[in-house]
Amino acid sequence: MTLHTHPPETAPQISPTTRAEKQSAGDAPVIELVDVHRRFGTVPALDGISLSVRKGEVLGIIGRSGAGKSTLIRCLNGLERPDSGAIRIEGTEIATLSEQALQPVRRRIGMIFQHFNLLSAKTVEENVALPLKIAGVAKAERLARARDLLDLVGLSDKARANPAALSGGQKQRVGIARALSAEPALLLSDEATSALDPETTRSILALLRDINRKLGLTIILITHEMDVVRAVADRVAVIDAGRIVEEGSIWQVFSSPQAQITRSLLKSSRPQLPNSIAARLLPATTGSTAGTAILSLDAAGADSVKAVQASLSALLADGVRVVHGGIDEIQSNPVFRGFLALPSNPALISRVRDDLTARGAQLEALGHVADPV
Amino acid sequence: MSPILFELLLKSLWETILMTLAAGLISFVTGLPLGLALVATAKGGIAENLWVNRILGSVVNAFRSVPFIILLVALIPVTRLIVGTALGTWAAIVPLAIAATPYYARIAEVSLREVDRGLIDAVRAMGGNRWTILREVLVPEALPGLVSGFTVTLVTLVGASAMAGAIGAGGLGDLAIRYGYQRFETGVMIAVVVVLIALVSLIQWGGDRLVARLERR
Repeated sequence: MTLHTHPPETAPQISPTTRAEKQSAGDAPVIELVDVHRRFGTVPALDGISLSVRKGEVLGIIGRSGAGKSTLIRCLNGLERPDSGAIRIEGTEIATLSEQALQPVRRRIGMIFQHFNLLSAKTVEENVALPLKIAGVAKAERLARARDLLDLVGLSDKARANPAALSGGQKQRVGIARALSAEPALLLSDEATSALDPETTRSILALLRDINRKLGLTIILITHEMDVVRAVADRVAVIDAGRIVEEGSIWQVFSSPQAQITRSLLKSSRPQLPNSIAARLLPATTGSTAGTAILSLDAAGADSVKAVQASLSALLADGVRVVHGGIDEIQSNPVFRGFLALPSNPALISRVRDDLTARGAQLEALGHVADPV
Repeated sequence: MSPILFELLLKSLWETILMTLAAGLISFVTGLPLGLALVATAKGGIAENLWVNRILGSVVNAFRSVPFIILLVALIPVTRLIVGTALGTWAAIVPLAIAATPYYARIAEVSLREVDRGLIDAVRAMGGNRWTILREVLVPEALPGLVSGFTVTLVTLVGASAMAGAIGAGGLGDLAIRYGYQRFETGVMIAVVVVLIALVSLIQWGGDRLVARLERR
């Protein structure tokens, strides 16, 4: 059961959506972008974006500032217009719609913002009720529904308060309640946690995840933080210079990032070579038998991680050492990332490489250090 | 001061208040839409139309650059058309309102332009039309600025109404010129100045209180 099938005047009926329901409904994409271009002056903000989002899915779009992610999300509800390309929301082509024709489409799309964008001249409940007022719902009904939604986000005691009296996290909760009040099919989150502290960020992300599960709502969120994507998204698209450079499920992208930009965005979210070693690291040279070779080791998935561990325990006896790393769990999948140090002996290196790659691990020679580590 | 002069002072005070309030109200009712039009038609506005914006801007500038005393005389035919006479307190309200309207439109424009674009985006994203943006965002969010700008306009009108004596409109300014200045009645002059200070202070105090209340919402 999804929320938007109810007329707006009913109270929110929240029933858990099972995985099976989510998947069976996932045939027709809620959002479909085909070769979308947009430039500002001579700078391309979107340079051929194609993307498809299934119903009930949470897609994270990550990129550095200026990568085009904000332009992309604003194209999804027509706040920004593409120069070319198709944007279909629930099958409706919106790229060419007039501002007036866009209005009913926008009522199916909720949006939350980095700076909350709450109206200071209205109370909290009036803010939440505003989308319903726009949709023509009678006052008593819309205020009743606003209170139900404030209940959902845990702010029922602040209904009559002024937004200025709330903390950042509370403001964003009001923003979420407001975005949900007209029972949208889609929620857009434009850097919604970037102005919040880490703890508040976690609680807002948990709320978004909860809403996705309870209401089966499709969510697109853009961010520059991998941890945000990891906490809520099913899938991630990495955007750089207006192009999607990498796309996949969270655990796959986390365990084997392909693009340079993805690796760099992941820096704070997964183990990195310790500075004491990185500072002394010399580029990989073939045939050198002096010093210690440093390799990175990545493995993902229960079977592979288990096999890699078994293989590692045998290798440890031959002088291979794990200098840093660990196992993380992402989307219920174990993800191993670590760094190996071993005598810079070509025979041993190729044995380690063969042993571990045979078990599904990815190895990368990072270089070597002159002294033992 | 003689009782007759005192009565004259009261009558003049009433004329000033009448001219200020009536012209003020008219300038608010017409200047606010004009200010909204200036903001809406500006580049990036909710009804962007640069030609309309340029024309409106030029008309506003033209009226604002004519000295009020000239406008007062130049508008006599218009006044006669509207009020039926070109003389007296009611006749002065027409040029006062016409001068104050573009003045207030510019003040309103500044306040409206300062409304956060993000709020307009939020309401657009909800599916709101221009009218909704106007009613739910621009005017309510700019209201403290609109009210304090209106206070400034009223105080300016108190000053401008002094010149309306030139077309026999009366008022405190007229009293000060005819009795205080031309008849050397320093007492009247001082009394008028004191009453004017009190009147302006009262308007400013009331405006400030209203703004404070609006900002506390």
